[in-house]
Amino acid sequence: MSDTDIRQSGNADPARPAKRKKNALSDGQGRLAAILLSPTMVVIVVIVGIPLLLSLREAFFGVREQTNPDTGRISKYEYFAGLDNFTRIFSNPTPVIGNFGQMDRLVNSFINTSLFTIICVGLETVIGVAMALIMAKAFRGRAFVRAGILVPWAVPTIVSAMMWNLIFNEAGVMNKVIGQHILWTADGLPLFWAVVIADVWKTAPFIGLLTLAGLQTIPAEVYEAAKVDGANAWQSFLRITLPMVKPALVVAVLFRTLDTMRMFDLVVGLGGFGKYSAETMSIFAYLEATQGRYGPAAAYAIILFLFIVLVSFLFVKFLGADVINDEETAAIRAQRKRRKAGRATRSPVRRTITSGDLP
Amino acid sequence: MMFRRMSRLVGLAASLSALLVLTACGGGEVPGTGGEESEPAVDFSDRGPITFVTGKDLSGLLQSEIDEWNKEHPDEKVTLIELPDEADQQRQQMVQNAQTQGTEYTVLSMDVVWTAEFAANGWVVPLPEDQVDTSGMLPATVDAGTYYDKLYGLPVTSDGGLLFYRSDWLKKAGIDSPPTTFAEMQEACKAITEKVDEAKDADCYGGQFNKYEGLTVNVSEFIDSAGGHLVDDDGKATANSPEAVKGLEMLKAMFDDGTIPKAAQTWSEEESREAFQQGKLMFLRNWPYVYAKFDADDGSSKVNGKFGVAPLAGVDGPGVSSLGGHNYAISTWAQNKGTAIDFMNYMASEDEMKARTEKTSQAPTRTSVYTDADLVKKYPYLPVLQKSIETARPRPKVAKYGDVTLAIQDATYNVIQGNQDPQAALDGLQAKLEELLAQ
Repeated sequence: MSDTDIRQSGNADPARPAKRKKNALSDGQGRLAAILLSPTMVVIVVIVGIPLLLSLREAFFGVREQTNPDTGRISKYEYFAGLDNFTRIFSNPTPVIGNFGQMDRLVNSFINTSLFTIICVGLETVIGVAMALIMAKAFRGRAFVRAGILVPWAVPTIVSAMMWNLIFNEAGVMNKVIGQHILWTADGLPLFWAVVIADVWKTAPFIGLLTLAGLQTIPAEVYEAAKVDGANAWQSFLRITLPMVKPALVVAVLFRTLDTMRMFDLVVGLGGFGKYSAETMSIFAYLEATQGRYGPAAAYAIILFLFIVLVSFLFVKFLGADVINDEETAAIRAQRKRRKAGRATRSPVRRTITSGDLP
Repeated sequence: MMFRRMSRLVGLAASLSALLVLTACGGGEVPGTGGEESEPAVDFSDRGPITFVTGKDLSGLLQSEIDEWNKEHPDEKVTLIELPDEADQQRQQMVQNAQTQGTEYTVLSMDVVWTAEFAANGWVVPLPEDQVDTSGMLPATVDAGTYYDKLYGLPVTSDGGLLFYRSDWLKKAGIDSPPTTFAEMQEACKAITEKVDEAKDADCYGGQFNKYEGLTVNVSEFIDSAGGHLVDDDGKATANSPEAVKGLEMLKAMFDDGTIPKAAQTWSEEESREAFQQGKLMFLRNWPYVYAKFDADDGSSKVNGKFGVAPLAGVDGPGVSSLGGHNYAISTWAQNKGTAIDFMNYMASEDEMKARTEKTSQAPTRTSVYTDADLVKKYPYLPVLQKSIETARPRPKVAKYGDVTLAIQDATYNVIQGNQDPQAALDGLQAKLEELLAQ
């Protein structure tokens, strides 16, 4: 079916001229879009939607065990636990010793996850923007610098984790370079920082890359104008580069934030399981699941999920992260706004670019 | 707009009701746990194709053993299923197969520490004692495959800790025989440091003290050789007995006075092997697999021809090794269990075991293999290893082994890091173990 056919069938049906379109902005391809998207939607429902619902259900159940004293056989019975899995941190805490003294294991992993996110993403943003500024400059050997900066990001996380494990070995390169005997991979604060260093090394290039894309959309004239007005380099960075690169940067930072909150393989590859100074929520949930406690594991995963939802909501709300960046949606939103305003002022004029009118 | 809001509401309602439906079908017995009180008799007469599930086989020997079996039993073919190299991932895949009552896995190569968990959950069946021959096997290995007086796993490979020492340094320091206790070892180290120039910067003793399964193994050896046990033979927690405390105090003292280097807190098998191989250690506790690496004459080993093998040292008298190795078990949901039994017996036969030891240096479970002249010539440590396994002790046989080993690691790692004293740590561990074992 060619492009024009669709438009004709949807847009200008002479048989029913009186019927108004539901959405003035739609060009009548909604049905086709639905058909084309439905296979994807089915897959998403099957592999994301249903498991999500199942784990939501799981979070409200627990397993009761009974050991037969003669055979040692365990019988397991599932029971409805209500909110027990979520309130366990208050009713039955499992104290562990992490970076900040003794506390419940879930609280400890929550703090670790949050601190990793704040510290890693903070450092990555600063370093990533610096990398982007370097990569954007025209100089001899730029291709090498670009490739060099981007290589860490192309290395699979678990590979880089094993690599950093060797570097942070007690007899490894890091201790040789700084001339110390720090036990990086033992359970303790050094492990936390080892993870931060490895994570920043690996993913600062990601922010750098997205920021570079944003930088390249800034026209040179703006900088020239600034120069003419006598702005120095720092001023033009603060007043021009940052504001204009902000949309790209905010999206990059949001992606990194969500990614860091799910951190799992880097910590496991670098330090192994059961080291509380670097245990994140996903590791804890995973360990609970491997011990057959699916209820608590699902509950912790849901707590992490809600935490991530909250953070992304705040990002969108306060930093205006425009993740979808779809002009049509933006136009529809603008139209609605105008309609609302229009109801008040009774303005009959509709002006959007996508509907064909000129503003 | 109205429509849009409506459709959203409908969507929300639909997903909520889906959740309710899912919730409604909850409760009751968990599938795949074999909750029934009286076990049904297992049928060991069915024959036909089966699968053999094990960790990655790096030697390539397994496939040729299976090929040979398949040649002789064309109607009862065995297919090899290789799982990842990591023990945790092997366990997880086997558990998943059991929980979904999958028939895909027949014979499982089960780490000794999983025996209790797999047996207690009914994932593997008890083996018919009249159809398997364990008479020539080392008793400790058979014990490790046994749960509540029933044999669930047929011991096929075993493992025990060995003490590797620098024979050249010992000789130069005028010491005739390797130490049997840690006190003797500390004296030997002092003598070596004084008399051997080359060994001035070397550390005394090394083991696996990173926070992982190896820590449980090493700590248990300290405690067992002091006469205590973390969990006694009846499955009761005895972690804070005076003997156990004494064992852990010895370990802590050795860390405090530098007998064991601080770096050992980050050592697993490979790091500790590397340290000994580079000439930085006088004594090392490790598994037999390192022998071939130390013995390599391609220049990778600095200790080639300069080391010896002895039974482990202990706190009070000779050391007690923790037992390693793999047992073969039959998945409860598998078909053709008759073939499975025959195949297990074939794999555990003396000939196959001998071939396997020769090719992969894996420790056998049959005593006769240890005295085989050809093998002893190739692996001179075999008689020592036999001694080590004979006196070895299985790690706690509990269904919740994962929780138990983590509790042991939590408590003892704190001690060697200097955050807690042994008595307090073991008191805490005792409470935790009682809670875990009571359920």
